[in-house]
Amino acid sequence: MAQAQTSRPVHSVSIRGLAQSYGAVQVLKQLDLDIPDGEFLVLLGPSGCGKSTLLNCIAGLLEPTHGQVFIKGKNVTWEEPKDRGIGMVFQSYALYPQMTVERNLSFGLRVAGMAKEEIDKRVKRASEILQIGPLLDRKPMQLSGGQRQRVAIGRALVRDVDVFLFDEPLSNLDAKLRAELRVEIKRLHQRLGNTMIYVTHDQIEAMTLADRIAVMKGGSIQQLDSPMTIYNKPKNRYVAGFIGSPGMNFLKSEIEGAGAKAILKFGSGKISLKDYAPVAPLMPKQVAFGVRPEHIRINAGAEAGLSDSFDAVVDIVEPMGSDSLVWLNVANQTMSARVESSEQYKPGEKVKIRFRVGLASLFDEATGDRL
Amino acid sequence: MSNITSIEPSGPKPRPWLSWELVIVYGFLIVTSLYFLFPLYIVVITSLKNLDQIRDGNIFFPGANPTFHAWYRAWFEVCTGLDCRGIHPNFLNSVIITVPSVLVSISVAITTGYALNNWPFRFSESFFTVLIIGSFVPYQVMLYPMVLLTKNMGIYSTLSAVIFVHTVFGLPILTLLFRNYFASLPVELFKAARVDGAGFWRILLQVFLPMSLPILAVAMILQVTGIWNDFLFGVVFAGPNNYPMTVKLNNIFTSTMGVKEYNVEMAATLLTGAVPLALYFFSGKYFVRGIAAGAVKG
Repeated sequence: MAQAQTSRPVHSVSIRGLAQSYGAVQVLKQLDLDIPDGEFLVLLGPSGCGKSTLLNCIAGLLEPTHGQVFIKGKNVTWEEPKDRGIGMVFQSYALYPQMTVERNLSFGLRVAGMAKEEIDKRVKRASEILQIGPLLDRKPMQLSGGQRQRVAIGRALVRDVDVFLFDEPLSNLDAKLRAELRVEIKRLHQRLGNTMIYVTHDQIEAMTLADRIAVMKGGSIQQLDSPMTIYNKPKNRYVAGFIGSPGMNFLKSEIEGAGAKAILKFGSGKISLKDYAPVAPLMPKQVAFGVRPEHIRINAGAEAGLSDSFDAVVDIVEPMGSDSLVWLNVANQTMSARVESSEQYKPGEKVKIRFRVGLASLFDEATGDRL
Repeated sequence: MSNITSIEPSGPKPRPWLSWELVIVYGFLIVTSLYFLFPLYIVVITSLKNLDQIRDGNIFFPGANPTFHAWYRAWFEVCTGLDCRGIHPNFLNSVIITVPSVLVSISVAITTGYALNNWPFRFSESFFTVLIIGSFVPYQVMLYPMVLLTKNMGIYSTLSAVIFVHTVFGLPILTLLFRNYFASLPVELFKAARVDGAGFWRILLQVFLPMSLPILAVAMILQVTGIWNDFLFGVVFAGPNNYPMTVKLNNIFTSTMGVKEYNVEMAATLLTGAVPLALYFFSGKYFVRGIAAGAVKG
């Protein structure tokens, strides 16, 4: 309360010390978050991580136990949802079943007492953007899932809000529609340039849509970064394991020597760490060597950026069409490698593998933090 | 046709058209139907006979030249004590009791149920628990306190007292009904309406109410049949000049002078039961749900 409001840079949405608890259960733990104007922020995490709670607090549908919410620099912590300049899209669409699409879109505007001509103008514009013009006279029951979600987005659109909030909007749709609407939401963001906050547990949605992803776990944000940074330089083992399909391989290993002389000891072999850029000088300790499936090469010759070779046995091969996943047994640990579909391997085959150490991650075995 | 036995199984498995299960199910249904329809049949044919036919004829067979004279007498002329106006004044009393009781109790209950479900306040859970307990307390327990209360309010022995008592006693079960119905609606709908800027009343009237027609029908049937068929509150709170139809019917049966007019009594019975019966015919599906909801009350 002490700091003056003017001294703070004006973000589209700012969260200060937000906490939410139900009795002894802490759903959100002292969250701070700044979202610049026009950013597409994705809140990513498993169910129960607090991402929806955070969104509901921003929307004003939940009162936080502690902390403040600012929208456009204004403290809206005690404001009603309608006075916050937000529009919200829900997983179950939440269209008013007895109203036509046109009435659904205009409901909020009619509540606000807007003039008929202005309402018509806005509904027309929204229905053009979302291509739902021919559906205006229908009831939600008569629409497909994709059409319903378009109408739900339109309901936020007509209200001309500063911030769009999406609560798992695509989770009820089948895979094909989900991919289509994902592209449309991205296009909508490019066209409107609004701030958008998007909650999902789907890492592909998060990667494809976000300017920044906030990976959440147990009511706090584990990492807040661009999708590529989250993918390539995860801050801890949890983030590394949550993003990527199949997940990152973790190999139990050990660092010998410190600083520039550090070497990774793995099974009977050793891996040079000269290509690895550590957060702080490395110290001898137990670590998890994290390497993504596409950063493992099978039967490749020695070249710059690749480690020495290790013996491995092919366990299972999963052809994906564009590429193949090869599950390997390496020193009694299971790993997956992504290879060109032209490379053919058979179960039981003995192969040599090499790692791209520069793109790998090292995590402290005890704390899980990136080294 | 010997080759038929060698066909491989394909398509639906053939079943005998008559099986033991069907015989038992239909047998039970037919017997129970007769059990309920037969008395109704007797009541109807008796109400259409004249007194001579009742005295001389067989109770199981309809008389020649059916007449509605007994119905006319029941409606306009039958006497209890010195009052010989038939049951039509009491029909009016029943209507005057039922309509406001139903409307007020449902309006209050729908608002309370909605508030309890969507606008939680301090102690709202405890309040709800008290309501549930309230819906299981037998009416007889509260009869005497209610008499004292209505006396102090100055409405004892009037139709207002009956309306008041029916409204109050209908609230627990109806609030429970509406609260549970609203709890079954997706909570995101309520959130969406709040984001759209709708307040307490607008969400109730413009979003929830149009979605509540099935449960409104159930509540309506539950209340109309319950209040129309009520005897206890009518006899206790209405006062002798304002008896509802059910009480009047009982008095017709118990206060006979001279010849017992079975045909008139049967006609009065049918007239009293006409309203719930009509309700049943016009809203069969919801009627069953209403009965099921009422079964909770015990």
